[in-house]
Amino acid sequence: MKEFFEFLSFADANVRYVTLGSMLLAGSSAVVGCFTLLRKRALVGDAVAHAVLPGVCLAFILSGTKNPFILLIGAFITGWISLVAIDFITSRSRIKEDTAIGLVLSVFFGIGILLLTAIQHSGNAAQSGLDKFLFGKAASLVGEDLIAFSIVAVLLLAATLIFYKELKLLCFDETYAKTIGFPVRGLELLLTTLTVLAVVVGIQAVGVVLMAAMLITPAAAARFWTDRLGVMLVLAALMGAFSGVAGAYVSYTAPAMPTGPWIVLIISMIAILSFALAPGKGWIARIIRRQRNKKLILEENLLKLLYQLGEAKQDFSTNRPLQELLQKRAIPAKEAKYGLGKLKAQGYLEKTKNGWALTHEGITRGRRVVRLHRLWELYLTQYLHLASDHVHEDAETIEHIITPELEQRLLEELNYPALDPHSAQIP
Amino acid sequence: MILQVENPVVEVHDLTVSYDRKPVLWGVDLTIPAGALVGVIGPNGAGKSTLIKAMMDLLPSGSGYVRLFDKQIKDVRKRISYVPQRESVDWDFPASVFDVVLMGRYGNMGLFKRPRQADKDAAMQALTKVGMQAYADRQISQLSGGQQQRVFLARALAQNADLYFMDEPFAGVDIATETAIIELLRTMRDQGKTVIVVHHDLQSAADYFDWVVLLNMRLVASGPTEKVLTQELLEQTYGGKLTVLSKVGDLLRKQEFPSRETKVKRVKS
Repeated sequence: MKEFFEFLSFADANVRYVTLGSMLLAGSSAVVGCFTLLRKRALVGDAVAHAVLPGVCLAFILSGTKNPFILLIGAFITGWISLVAIDFITSRSRIKEDTAIGLVLSVFFGIGILLLTAIQHSGNAAQSGLDKFLFGKAASLVGEDLIAFSIVAVLLLAATLIFYKELKLLCFDETYAKTIGFPVRGLELLLTTLTVLAVVVGIQAVGVVLMAAMLITPAAAARFWTDRLGVMLVLAALMGAFSGVAGAYVSYTAPAMPTGPWIVLIISMIAILSFALAPGKGWIARIIRRQRNKKLILEENLLKLLYQLGEAKQDFSTNRPLQELLQKRAIPAKEAKYGLGKLKAQGYLEKTKNGWALTHEGITRGRRVVRLHRLWELYLTQYLHLASDHVHEDAETIEHIITPELEQRLLEELNYPALDPHSAQIP
Repeated sequence: MILQVENPVVEVHDLTVSYDRKPVLWGVDLTIPAGALVGVIGPNGAGKSTLIKAMMDLLPSGSGYVRLFDKQIKDVRKRISYVPQRESVDWDFPASVFDVVLMGRYGNMGLFKRPRQADKDAAMQALTKVGMQAYADRQISQLSGGQQQRVFLARALAQNADLYFMDEPFAGVDIATETAIIELLRTMRDQGKTVIVVHHDLQSAADYFDWVVLLNMRLVASGPTEKVLTQELLEQTYGGKLTVLSKVGDLLRKQEFPSRETKVKRVKS
């Protein structure tokens, strides 16, 4: 706990740099990543990330320094060339985009590794640390890097803010954007440039290999929580920034831990959690919905069963033992008991020592299920011309999901019928 | 039967369009009168969508030129509006119905500008015209096919254009939507707007349109509906493929041949 407060106090200048730097990087690349994701060009980020390595090496060879600005410029140039190469290959040959990305990625990365090895064996003392570009060096960010990051991060955020509406339309409907006279080529170029910039600064923290995760993962996670682009951008930025801070904290408490990979691990964790927990779309929400449906079906089947028994004997007031119910319909005894108990608690059933009986409300609800079942059977035979011995199974499920409005429509279309296809009364 | 008109809204001259060097439209020459409800009709692969896309300069043309309102398209972008095919976009995009309709105002707003209140009013009016005002806040992935089509139509209406290009607006929509859309198109025509619709259903074509363009890789006919929808012209459009034409097209692609020896530049205005 003490470490946590020490970390938060930012007393250590190094902590300040690392935390702020990681936050800015992760946050700004997440925002750009949202547009890349929506443009369905998620893999492009990976290609650019690998393609910046030769740029970094060349910039070092030519300048002989590790000045972050110079290295960034080199990275930017080769990153950009890689994207142009991908576009060129896809438009001028039969090669599809995924293949082109694979080609460009490996060729550029290969050249990068080649140059890096050459530099390392050149005996130049200044080269130490250049290999950090492979896996990032967030833990050793210095003041100079921070300035470079901040400038680029602010640029990225400002550009997405200024061109928000243009980028939105470009990602949603490019052709339409063209017809209303938007400079689509220019906007594409802008988005490409933003992607390259995001990658170029991002690799300083997490490295070439993990950079794609920084672009795409926050965007994918944020998409689970919202259906609004604006909210998605903010969420992605927050998630990215949080993972940046958390990664810095982990490597602060355990200095042996690398910051970059931890940032990626944490954002991936957030993505997995989003996938599980997001309302409506997450899989826990789906499991809950399925359970709820199952319960509804069980309860309505029991009510229907009691109603049918009462209807057959013209007597709704006699209590019926569980065995009688189970004879009529094969429900596992344990489930049936559970369902009956629930219905009693809801006030639809009464229980005496002789067995179960419907309350007034229970009769009403049971009658509705029976009515919907028979209406649907009639609808299927009349409108879909199905044989009357084939419609029961369908009606067994449909009876549980018909809304009152649909019920009214059914009644109207069937002209308020009295009998179902099996000549049973429609209650 | 290719009827040319005076003072056309759309003038297409010797237009050839190729995909990957294979021509899909050969030498189209046509004019369209103002204030008409026009149907572009032909079999699958006849180049109907290609024709309207080429008219809007969305596809590069191999030869020939298109003039709208007797001007080059780049000078009249604000007066034209496009309803693309419904399937051309990903409806899972994070946007509401209102967001999409508001996109129809982006051209008027200009770059960098935020939507003004007037733009929002216009978008809401357009939504009301297609009967979707109750769905303004709905996420677009929750819409039915017919509702998606109405949203696209509303987006085009929000532009307040004079010339509308619509690509298969009746494809895969329910009867209620089809009726609502055609009513709307008629109202627009009566207000003097020109509406060009790619349509695949011959049955309803005679009833819907007052000008028909018959197309099958080349222009078969262009004129008033009653003169164009004849047995003979329909047979020419739908009867049999032009096998030799297709084969020549394939050859052009394989040999990487140009479809014209020199490209004719668009005439300057």
